[in-house]
Amino acid sequence: MDLNKKFTPETWPDHPERATLEAKNKFVGFWLFLGGETILFATLFATYLALKNKGPSGFEFTTQGLFELPLVFVMTLLLLTSSLTSVYAMYHLRNYDFKKMQLWLVITAFLGLGFLALEMYEFVHYVKLGFTYDNSAFSSAFYTLVGTHGFHVAVGLVWITLLIYRNSKRGLNLYNATKFYTFSLYWHFIDVVWVFIFTVVYLMGVIG
Amino acid sequence: MSSVAQKRGFGATLWDWLTTVDHKKIGILYLLGGGFFFIVGGIEAMIIRLQLLTPNNDLVSAGIFNQMITMHGTTMIFLAAMPILIGFMNAIMPLQIGARDVAFPFLNSLGFWMFMFGGIFLNLSWFFGQVPDAGWTSYASLALVSEGHGVDFYAIGLQIAGGGTLMGGINFLVTIINMRAPGMTYMRMPLFTWTTFVASAMILFAFPPLTVGLFLLTFERMFGGNFFDHTMGGNTIIWEHIFWIFGHPEVYILILPAFGIFSEIFSIFSRKRLFGYSAMVFATVLIGFLGFMVWAHHMFTVGLGPTANAIFSVATMAIAIPTGVKIFNWLLTMWGGSIKITTPMLWALGFIPTFVMGGVTGVMLGTAPLDYQLHDTYFVVAHFHYVIVGGTVFGILAGLHLYWPKMFGTLLNEMLGKVTFWFFFIGFHLTFLIQHWLGFWGMPRRVFTYMDGQGWNSSNLISTVGALFMAIGITVLVYNIIVTSVKNVRVANDPWGDGRTLEWAIESPPLYYNFAQTPLVRGLDTVYIEKMEGNASGLTPAEPVQDIHMPNGSFIPFMMSLGLFIAGFGAMYRAEESWGLPVLIFGLLWTFIAMAMRSLKDDLGYYVKKDEILRDMKRKGGQK
Repeated sequence: MDLNKKFTPETWPDHPERATLEAKNKFVGFWLFLGGETILFATLFATYLALKNKGPSGFEFTTQGLFELPLVFVMTLLLLTSSLTSVYAMYHLRNYDFKKMQLWLVITAFLGLGFLALEMYEFVHYVKLGFTYDNSAFSSAFYTLVGTHGFHVAVGLVWITLLIYRNSKRGLNLYNATKFYTFSLYWHFIDVVWVFIFTVVYLMGVIG
Repeated sequence: MSSVAQKRGFGATLWDWLTTVDHKKIGILYLLGGGFFFIVGGIEAMIIRLQLLTPNNDLVSAGIFNQMITMHGTTMIFLAAMPILIGFMNAIMPLQIGARDVAFPFLNSLGFWMFMFGGIFLNLSWFFGQVPDAGWTSYASLALVSEGHGVDFYAIGLQIAGGGTLMGGINFLVTIINMRAPGMTYMRMPLFTWTTFVASAMILFAFPPLTVGLFLLTFERMFGGNFFDHTMGGNTIIWEHIFWIFGHPEVYILILPAFGIFSEIFSIFSRKRLFGYSAMVFATVLIGFLGFMVWAHHMFTVGLGPTANAIFSVATMAIAIPTGVKIFNWLLTMWGGSIKITTPMLWALGFIPTFVMGGVTGVMLGTAPLDYQLHDTYFVVAHFHYVIVGGTVFGILAGLHLYWPKMFGTLLNEMLGKVTFWFFFIGFHLTFLIQHWLGFWGMPRRVFTYMDGQGWNSSNLISTVGALFMAIGITVLVYNIIVTSVKNVRVANDPWGDGRTLEWAIESPPLYYNFAQTPLVRGLDTVYIEKMEGNASGLTPAEPVQDIHMPNGSFIPFMMSLGLFIAGFGAMYRAEESWGLPVLIFGLLWTFIAMAMRSLKDDLGYYVKKDEILRDMKRKGGQK
């Protein structure tokens, strides 16, 4: 593959993310990887549901007493918006507009960072209340499920930062287009997982 | 590097193997790694059998016996059978579909090194004197009270090795989806490629639960989590579910590629097209699907209730149907064929009755009421050895003889191969047939000794003698490999003379770019079709001779795996040693920096020039 080949918006392929065999492989492979990730999170959800509100005798923490929806609502808003901004970035990827794509990716990253900061605040808050990782089955299952999601967000942030930095000087080509595109797939995926966490852990926790 | 032997220093050769991304070399590495662990697991099996030779034997203590059975099971499943099968998939599958490599050569190398480091990590437990001892299933109620770091070695070692397997699965799936040669439609793919495809899909969906299960166990044992401890609100059954949601598909991951190898063998050595090809494909896919629906038949005695037991019982028996379809198709492939009894064919012939016996006892165990009687007896031990040894290990040994010339360019000695077969085959049935009765007579599995006067003495003696026979068989095989490697008589493209698929139309071993020109596939058994039409080369090219794009080698996979290996020790000693946490962080950083290097440094591969390919073709006088 020739990295120096210059494109114009007219010669840029409609689907730059899968224009070469290598790109097609990465595209399909990443979808399959997300399939495996789905099973991973499904297992964590099942474990959480089995252990929800369970603890040693005299355990006083419950989902109703612990969770506060306003904070989680703001987190949800941040992450869902970041998914939208990553769609804008992909729109500009297809239009061969590198600067605008980078801009939207930076915005995506900052929204993700905001989400992660609030999640850390949330965890610290719970720990201060005495809801520590090792105090019950409920707390272990909760931190493992939500923490695994948070870890995925953190990995995504490192990933996109490296991508933005690495490609800042050289613009789009058919080699890095797939990298940006798979990042956006990944970002949508952790967004979808969050929708489930929001529903199953927080909403059903507060209401149910 | 071409197939003409070039004199190179030891260092250069070592570096080449450490950094290779060539699917054929990685296949050989998997075979070597898996073969090493197969011997280790075999030695553990021999110690188990020697301990049970006589009643009240004290060859090993009860504790060491527990370690032996745990490590024997874990090693054989995760570090021997799977890697060897993945080795065949690597070495053969891309050739069968006319590809020049797998979809992700870098990931392929990473998968191998993670398996290797995970396996070494697990087995280092022997040198630390703290060995996993909660059984290969490592049920939480046992694993949580296991003292020392034994179970930690299990959890972290398998975590690292399992990650490698998952990557291999995704890799093979994408390879088969995207990289088939022109004309190679799904329904023209050789059966071994099909079973690789289905087994890989099963790996993709079965390994994430194992990952989660091992993480939960790691967190509970090392980081204060509570998932399985009921005094903290946990539930020990969660581990059993998670483990078997992984563990049952796992046994089909082990058997399907073996089915694929046998399908190739029956077709080649009966010199006939595989009978009922489309039914075979359908049966493979159906087995893969049903494999996910039956995990709770390992848990009949847990007390899930009659409804759950009934559903899982029926689902279990349903798997016998597609498996039966396969057995009959193999028999009918031989029917009217011009059969040649070679070593691979001997293994295939031995496989059918052996595996059917294992299948029948499987249906017996799938009957929930009967399972209550037979649970945790030697009947279960006999059953799963009949399917895993009679199916997978026979398949591996058959594939080893069949594909040895394709992988190494020399044929294993047929005479010695048959000696191996007869020793192993007779030894196998001596060892395990009697164990069905031992189970009926009430001998529980996983006991380190038994008392005199229960009528178990002579049966156990027979069983141990059988195990010795198997050990002799494997020793002959090792001797065979050494002798033929030293002689190194080079063979032609198709040493068996009856190859039907693409891998038999190219050099043994293939050049590093496999196909000088991507072949055009004209039907099922395309090489056979070409030969029948008088095309001696067996190939019709689909493209002119042109530059070939190839991936670069890389040392990063080795470094990434090494980082995880280091981090594993840090995690294990975090609680008791001050260096634990820093080592954990150091190892993870090491891995992440290696990953970042991979991400930041462009790796575009290189081109093999047209001139070089033409030179190779002229020298070989091969492909037109």
